[in-house]
Amino acid sequence: MSAPTTSATTEPPTYKGSSLDLIDLWMAYGEFEVIRNVTIHVPAGTTTCVIGPSGSGKSTLLRGVNRLHEPKSGDVLIAGDSALKVQPDRLRQRIGMVFQHFNLFPDHTALENVALALRKVKGVPKEQALHFARERLDEVGLGDRADHRPRDLSGGQQQRVAIARALAMEPEIMLFDEVTSALDPELVKGVLNLMASLARRGMTMVVVTHEMNFARRVADQVVFMDEGEVVEAGPPAQLFDDPQSQRLRAFLSEVL
Amino acid sequence: MIEWLELLRRTFLDFEAMWLVFPQMLGTGLKNTLIISIAATLIGVVLGMLVAIMGISRSAWLRLPARVYTDIFRGLPAILTILLIGQGLARFSQSIFGPSPYPLGILALSLIASAYMGEIFRAGILGVDKGQLEACRALGMSYARAMRLVVVPQGVRRVLPALVNQFIAIVKDSSLVYFLGLLVSERELFRVGQDAAVLTGNLSPLVLAGAFYMAITVPLTHLVNYIDNRFRTGRRPAAPTSGLKEVHEMDLKVSPRVHGENT
Repeated sequence: MSAPTTSATTEPPTYKGSSLDLIDLWMAYGEFEVIRNVTIHVPAGTTTCVIGPSGSGKSTLLRGVNRLHEPKSGDVLIAGDSALKVQPDRLRQRIGMVFQHFNLFPDHTALENVALALRKVKGVPKEQALHFARERLDEVGLGDRADHRPRDLSGGQQQRVAIARALAMEPEIMLFDEVTSALDPELVKGVLNLMASLARRGMTMVVVTHEMNFARRVADQVVFMDEGEVVEAGPPAQLFDDPQSQRLRAFLSEVL
Repeated sequence: MIEWLELLRRTFLDFEAMWLVFPQMLGTGLKNTLIISIAATLIGVVLGMLVAIMGISRSAWLRLPARVYTDIFRGLPAILTILLIGQGLARFSQSIFGPSPYPLGILALSLIASAYMGEIFRAGILGVDKGQLEACRALGMSYARAMRLVVVPQGVRRVLPALVNQFIAIVKDSSLVYFLGLLVSERELFRVGQDAAVLTGNLSPLVLAGAFYMAITVPLTHLVNYIDNRFRTGRRPAAPTSGLKEVHEMDLKVSPRVHGENT
């Protein structure tokens, strides 16, 4: 990057997040119902944190949004359009997802990881895709690690590459599935700060997390789930400072 | 005692007899063994991959034929398969390839090899972390494209040693093709050695054939060990990471599952 860069790379881009509505959503593994009658509204450009005990169905819920796990009934609306009526592969280009265990492609460099789907899914020419991918790596602060393979990066760096990979597809919504749970404590902050900056810049985000401080600080809305149901939802201050249900009170006393 | 040793030497290590057959061993035997083995391996890899992809399919209509195919060609003795194919299909083969059983020998070896390789590939592909496929799908890739670009290459890489082992097995099994009756110019190592042994009443040509087999298989065996080690220990020392903590973290990542799976 020797040439003077344009303002586009130095100034943080503003994302155009879309609204997301989950309506009466039911999901199941065979006969076993894991998501029961969940309705959540995520206005465009806002962040919703989903909290709850292990096994409460949080991760499954995220997989219902991009249909990695097909919902049983109900509807998912992206900017008002039903996500269940379009081709899953097309839908997923509009929704970025970041995983607990990063799931980077181990035999590709950081740059190739970010560029792969651009080239193979969106059909962007190689040079252009690599250029765009490099911008995304710069955006997550890893421009100097572009040629490293995942195993040569720390967990925190890998997760930021994974975020860059999702951002490269220019998603309208980003899903985060316990993305800091597999990280050492001292590496968590960098990833959370990056996510907070995405939130500030207008991305629509659904964040499944155990980081209660992040939820309190960044979320516009917090949803508490237990046993596949939404027990309580509202602004962070309301949920954390004035929990209504016994289940949320019990949960908070466990984790805080 | 000395006579006895001399008798042994003449039976197994008659260098004169070896020297006489050496040109044929090199020009005909080795050439044909390599042609048969490499051809069977290449066809076996293609068929094996097909069987593997079918074997991991969600559709029982693809899984079942793959299963039956594998059971048959892995379950039968190689010699039986070679004879059944080599003689049973002779008539069809004649109209395409002429009277030589050579192509059918290659075909039979390919079918056997593909059954084993199918299992090797399948194990390799199933061994790839399922998060890889999930990440591809989440990026909007189709199942086929995700498998082709990301999952299968990783699966193949991890079974390279097993594939080399399979090639070694094919090299040895290629000797069985002699049962089909080869033309003089088509004889592979074993047949060249066998013919010379019968002619001279001396086993030394067969010992020479054995030396040729080992010249192929032993280096490959060591190659397998080398590949295996490289993959086990990782390619090169990790590039500079900052500070001890991050190195420590990378150690932990070897078994990321300890952090627990979410729902």
